[in-house]
Amino acid sequence: MSNLNTVLPPVSERSNILRWMRRNLFGSWYDALLTILGALIAYWAVRGFLTWVFTVAEWEVVSTNMRLLMIGQYPLEHSDRLWVWLGFLVFLSGNSIGIWARRSRFAVVLLLIPALLALFPFGDSPRQWLILLCIAGLVGWGFGRARPDVLKRSVIAGWVISLPVIILLTHGLSESESGFMPIVRTNLWGGLLLTFLLTVVGILFSFPIGVLLALGRRSELPIIRWFSVGYIEIVRGVPLITILFMAQLMLPLFLPTGWTVDRVVRAMVGITLFSAAYLAENVRGGLQAIPRGQFEAAHALGLNGFQTMTFVILPQALRLIIPILVGQFIAVFKDTSLVAIVGLLDLVGIAKTVLAQPEFLGLQREVYAFISLIFWVLSYGMSYLSQQLEERLGVGKR
Amino acid sequence: MSRDEQQKTTIPFWRDERILRFLGQIVFVLFVLFVGALIYQNMKAGLAKQGITLSYSFFNGVSGFDIAETAFPYDRNSTYWQAFLVGLANTLSVGVVGIVFATILGVILGVARLSTNFIINRLAAFYLELIRNLSLLVFLIFWYLGVFLKLPRVKEAIIWPGDIILTNRGVGIPWGIPTASFPTFRLILIFGLILAVIVFFALRAYGQRTGRAPLTLLWSILTFILVGLLGWIILPEKPLTLDLPLVKGLNLSGGKILSPEFMALTSGLVLYTAAFIGEVVRAGIQSVSKGQVEASRALGLNAFQTLRLVVFPQALRVIIPPLTSQYLNLVKNSSLAIAVGYPDVFYVSNTIQNQTGRAVEMISLVMVTYLAISLFTSLLMNWYNQRIKLVER
Amino acid sequence: MRKIFVVLTLFTAFVLALAACGGAAPAPSGETVTVKETVVVTVEVPVAGSPAAPAVVAPAGYGVTLETVKARGNLICGVNSQVPGFGYVDADGNFAGIDVDYCRALAAAIFGDASKVEFRPVTAAERFTALQSGEIDILSRNTTWSLVRDTELGGNFVHTTFYDGQGMMVPADSGLTTLEDLEGGTICVQTGTTTELNLSDVMASLGVSYTPAVFEDADATFAAYAEGRCDAVTTDKSGLVSRRSVLPDPSAHVIMDVTMSKEPLGPMVRHGDDQWFDIAQWTVFAMFAGEEFDITSANVDDVKANATAPEVRRLLGLEGDLGLKLGLTNDFAYNIIKLVGNYEEVYNRNLGPDTPTYIPRGLNSLYTEGGLLYAPPFR
Repeated sequence: MSNLNTVLPPVSERSNILRWMRRNLFGSWYDALLTILGALIAYWAVRGFLTWVFTVAEWEVVSTNMRLLMIGQYPLEHSDRLWVWLGFLVFLSGNSIGIWARRSRFAVVLLLIPALLALFPFGDSPRQWLILLCIAGLVGWGFGRARPDVLKRSVIAGWVISLPVIILLTHGLSESESGFMPIVRTNLWGGLLLTFLLTVVGILFSFPIGVLLALGRRSELPIIRWFSVGYIEIVRGVPLITILFMAQLMLPLFLPTGWTVDRVVRAMVGITLFSAAYLAENVRGGLQAIPRGQFEAAHALGLNGFQTMTFVILPQALRLIIPILVGQFIAVFKDTSLVAIVGLLDLVGIAKTVLAQPEFLGLQREVYAFISLIFWVLSYGMSYLSQQLEERLGVGKR
Repeated sequence: MSRDEQQKTTIPFWRDERILRFLGQIVFVLFVLFVGALIYQNMKAGLAKQGITLSYSFFNGVSGFDIAETAFPYDRNSTYWQAFLVGLANTLSVGVVGIVFATILGVILGVARLSTNFIINRLAAFYLELIRNLSLLVFLIFWYLGVFLKLPRVKEAIIWPGDIILTNRGVGIPWGIPTASFPTFRLILIFGLILAVIVFFALRAYGQRTGRAPLTLLWSILTFILVGLLGWIILPEKPLTLDLPLVKGLNLSGGKILSPEFMALTSGLVLYTAAFIGEVVRAGIQSVSKGQVEASRALGLNAFQTLRLVVFPQALRVIIPPLTSQYLNLVKNSSLAIAVGYPDVFYVSNTIQNQTGRAVEMISLVMVTYLAISLFTSLLMNWYNQRIKLVER
Repeated sequence: MRKIFVVLTLFTAFVLALAACGGAAPAPSGETVTVKETVVVTVEVPVAGSPAAPAVVAPAGYGVTLETVKARGNLICGVNSQVPGFGYVDADGNFAGIDVDYCRALAAAIFGDASKVEFRPVTAAERFTALQSGEIDILSRNTTWSLVRDTELGGNFVHTTFYDGQGMMVPADSGLTTLEDLEGGTICVQTGTTTELNLSDVMASLGVSYTPAVFEDADATFAAYAEGRCDAVTTDKSGLVSRRSVLPDPSAHVIMDVTMSKEPLGPMVRHGDDQWFDIAQWTVFAMFAGEEFDITSANVDDVKANATAPEVRRLLGLEGDLGLKLGLTNDFAYNIIKLVGNYEEVYNRNLGPDTPTYIPRGLNSLYTEGGLLYAPPFR
């Protein structure tokens, strides 16, 4: 998509909209026909959609239940803790943008999103928090821009500890209700919060397992190889929903009597085991693309097998497959919605309970449209950011 | 890797890589076996405490529940085993219908995405971006609750041209009903099929001998259609009579009634998978370098020939592997039928498990079933892939 | 190729770490032959952990559940989240319903604190597995008492808390009045329930052919019915009543005057812990007795101060030590009534005339008023 290589047409031709239309829309009779047909479909779809959004749809169901959709039954009095870790993440993002994407104006616009959201009538407390988020992001950005070299390490450290921080703040510390950060049990986690946590945990934990499985599949030891191949192919051959059912119904039976695993954790285990098999195949693709010379060169330098893998091969392989990995992460994010079928109250699960409320019966379109919007914006955002990242890291340009 | 005699004698066994590798694997196997045995024992002990022993003998018991859509006779006196097969048949029918339509729509989308027509190109791009970032589960539920159940009631049914009736009880389409002469017609069709195969191989042999490339597949299909048409005209009684769907009282009758569940599941799966197939097709076509097209045009091939003889065979090689995994995804995703209430194999198994409490047996059986379907599809597509790979020299 | 070892060790370490995370691992130490032993030990843990029973040999598992619950500090109760009046989530995100209140009563009996209960919504499909695997301590989710469930599914039913029967609801303007009228029709039903089987039984015996439209949960079932997907919907009559109350136009739907089955709904506990069963059982009876003796959460303190009738005194823990015999405190029934209320209060709170989910008491009145509620003597 670089503009340098394409020869621009003369100015006269470029500016002539009629000529452009003639070339791109009405090149031949069937082209014209297709254009008219396409335009009609587009007009009909857009008009129908806008009419529905602005006149037919009753959005009250969404605005009334915004809290349920976002955090489920998570107690309101402890919800500040969620805002805190969200602020931490936004601050880190701001920092990272300031350090690594200093020239990208778009990235800064991203940081203003919370402020934009604050324009919606979410109630006073969420609005204040949203504005604080925006400030945290901008402050982080400013810091990052000002002292990139100093902050680099601490930002990376911040990202590394972010997951434990998130889990700790969400779950809480003290057993007693009056103590510092009382525990909020996982059965109260719900909505987008649960979807987010399932996704993040699924992605992070499946990554090491996936890499190990990929290495195992390429191993010269037949048993390790068979094991990895067997695992990968079996998991890839069955639907996620069967794995989730297995995790929910059979995992408790696998453990010794008296051991119990939390429902949410069970879903996380299921998603992780599932995603690991797919990741393994992606990583294998990356490993295969590394030329043999790299191995030989590393050996010649006196690196042992472990060092070769960690410092030479894997970094290159993973860098090669960044786009595929992001695709996989998006897939995990979308797939987490399946936990609703096993009874967890994630975004989709909570939507079902919202639709059971007497005053909002029959508003399926509104609720599911809103949820689709959330899924779409986040998935598209992720893939867009990954494209930016690819350009910055020069993936595929070597 | 090879070591000479001397070195071998000097290396103690605990540093000998071959022995270590062997031992390492043994340890790994023992470890896996240990964990497996532990799990199995826990499970058995846990089940024993509840008075359950693992066995499939319950499968011969009477199911006692009804299933809405059955491909072959089934009622409440049938066994669980038959219920399971009914579900399997439903899964396969959704899979086949879904794959056919998703492929057609996907190819259209992929080609549209590469169109030079600005509007068509943008529309396709918009569709792909829209669908690929949605959650399939939400998409399916939306189609079911938001579209097919929002269709008018039977009394106010929408009737489309071609006698297609749309109601929230289902979609009725005209359907052929076999008459007395159908068996004869079937024989004629089989004859046509054999003839078509002969034509196919004859033309291919001709093509290989002369170096020309006749439209092998087209001619053989034409042969088949011709024989079929001939049979249709010759037979005194028409082998199929057209049965039109009708609104009858509270329900639809006649024709073929497709339930809202089936419609929501297949249309959702088709529209979703088509977006991914579209992307696969686009990537495949783009992978054929421009030079190939220019070269074939320079050789005097026309646009159609270029597409058929140069672009398509090369693109296909890139397309087939990812297409296979999309097909597999479609079949696996059909297990989301549970969200819209279509009795596929997973849903029926879930019902059986509810009624009998046999979670372990049913989940493992379903997993094995899907594995078998996946393996079979993979084998089929791999075989096809191998065949088209032979084009490469 | 030493990297393989690295991979191997890493992999093993990872799996081991995972295994260790789950809790105090029984230290496998690699002896594959000891598998059987390990299991025996784990099975015997409950016995060792049970309170030393004096002369009587307690049956295996006796008292474990109560110990576990007490040690954990709260009761985990499997409930429904989708049936208004029985178990559902209100707009504030709190659980409410008669089944939910039973859980609160049980918590009040054990801890003297009705809030020490964690509600875990379970689907119809997973409820028995959840109980079997120990994920929940008790299942209070409008579950029908049947022989198979009482035996093969590894549970014991506590005394019925709500007598119900399966009914059929149709749109009022459809003119359908009997089950025979449904010939050729479509009927919405929820999967994994006795309802599904009863429907099949009844229709087969009447010789009526129909098409089932089967759904995963109650919401989906009634949503589909409301959209006109089916000619009729079937579930327990209580469910029909409470669901009809939340349909867009309740008066447009009628419940047929047919009862297709007996549906005694009650809590369910695991096999093998009789003490726990007794506690669950007598919690129900304490609520019945509260109504029988006119003790309510409002007047329970007065009654306790002035009680003279021996049975009332025993019930409230003023006399004898009934509670201790259950492994609880003597004021367990007082706590139930004080903190949650007697059966009538709980019923009226969830299904009474002032609620949208009003269901006449019918069979669910005291035996003195022609119902089936009858608590054995507290002595």
